[in-house]
Amino acid sequence: MSHHIVEVQNLTHTYPDGTAAVRGISFRIHHGEAVAVVGANGAGKSTLLLHLNGYLTPQGGTVRIGDFPLTRETVKDIRKTVGMIFQDPDDQLFMPTVYEDVAFGPLNLGLPPAEVEQRVEQALQRTGVEHLRDRPPYKLSGGEKRAVAIATVLAMSPDILVMDEPTSNLDPLSRRTLIELLAGFHHTKIIATHDLDMVIDLCERTIVIHEGTIMADGPTADIFNDDYLLKKSHLERPLRMQACPFCSRR
Amino acid sequence: MAKIESAFLDLTYLDRLAAGNTVIHRLDPRVKVVTAALFVVCVVSFDKYVVAAMLPFAVFLMIVMRLGGIPAGYVIAKLIVTSPFAVMVGMFNPFLDHQTVLQLGSLAVSGGWVSFLSILLRFGLTVTAMLVLIATTGFNQVCMALERLGVPNIFAVQLLMLYRYIFVLLEEGQRMHRARALRSFQQRGMGMKQYAYLLGQLLLRTIDRGQRIHLAMLCRGFDGTIRIRRNLRITPRDIVVFLAAGMVLIAMRRFNIALLLGNFITDLLP
Repeated sequence: MSHHIVEVQNLTHTYPDGTAAVRGISFRIHHGEAVAVVGANGAGKSTLLLHLNGYLTPQGGTVRIGDFPLTRETVKDIRKTVGMIFQDPDDQLFMPTVYEDVAFGPLNLGLPPAEVEQRVEQALQRTGVEHLRDRPPYKLSGGEKRAVAIATVLAMSPDILVMDEPTSNLDPLSRRTLIELLAGFHHTKIIATHDLDMVIDLCERTIVIHEGTIMADGPTADIFNDDYLLKKSHLERPLRMQACPFCSRR
Repeated sequence: MAKIESAFLDLTYLDRLAAGNTVIHRLDPRVKVVTAALFVVCVVSFDKYVVAAMLPFAVFLMIVMRLGGIPAGYVIAKLIVTSPFAVMVGMFNPFLDHQTVLQLGSLAVSGGWVSFLSILLRFGLTVTAMLVLIATTGFNQVCMALERLGVPNIFAVQLLMLYRYIFVLLEEGQRMHRARALRSFQQRGMGMKQYAYLLGQLLLRTIDRGQRIHLAMLCRGFDGTIRIRRNLRITPRDIVVFLAAGMVLIAMRRFNIALLLGNFITDLLP
């Protein structure tokens, strides 16, 4: 069995309009690790994520997923290994019904119908949305959409999950359900987010990105206790690590 | 923007109707699509002065609507909204065609009026047929039926995606309109120029979204063809219904049922 390592070395990316979004990022994420990528708006998180599933190929530096370096030839295998969950589930759910959406990936893999059926069933069960299977995606609530979006990715049985703001626009209960769901996954997880409280629950390691470079990379607890670092990278302590506004007033 | 909102509600209403479970709903979508197509061909192939012979088709539709639980009020409202197109098409006939074709007592009816009426009737019948098809089948199922009937996959998929994202687009347009309306006082800022900006903005957002959707598809192994689940199954009942409906339609096209019925009744009377 291959180890699902994600290794990025000296990655750089400059957009055609001259914006240097990523300028020399290096890290190595091990099998089964859950890592948060945090940073200000426009720090380069999204650009970095787009490299991890081969939507962008490195302009400088290398990206290795498992045993493969990311190139045009390996991009298909890499997309099978890396499941990407988008920020807006409406972008991810494009088929007329939930069932068809979840089946989209497995069908593209060329799996036989019985296997597709089984995978869809399992993925929907895992995310707890079997009852939505014949519903059209536009009629689902935000939390349901998110769960289905995750099911679409699980049906591909990826080894690595890459998520962009998984908790955005969710009500507190849906957010909690989602966090518990994600905590149950054994996959390697890379989560770009501003929801630092979720990071405490899910990720033992945090990478702070600032202006296209890595500002800090280490255990979540250490990083969230470093007020100077947080302030410099446009962050603040997670709410749970701040003093209670009612008790501390007196 | 009551219009966008009502369009939105309208689509959801159509979807709700399509979720019904009547005799008509349970028929295979392909049977319904082909029957509807046959219906339309029969209606539009009548001669331009025909009115009475088309009436049985209206009766046919009414029966289907009754069986399918489609409220007549809804269909009539839709017909009125779309009727200006048909009126425009036929409007000049009464002015151009003065030949008298019908004498009702002392009133001479010109060919123009008859053909105008005929156009309106055709319009009403064909539009209602399509509405009833979608309201008893659902847009997605119609697309899948088309695909199975040999329409190229790419067209069927286009239509499916259109229907999927029309809701997202309407919502986006609605939000933008609301944002503008809230900051326009005394109709300032509601002009055509701002509409153009709004539309441009909407186009840009749509392109962005299109790119993100494409990315999402690539992430799941999209290779240019979309595989649609084929879950349609024709039962003997579907075939019987199809043959019966087809024969009735062709008979109504071939023979002037209204005239035959009229003659029959006049013969019965002493």
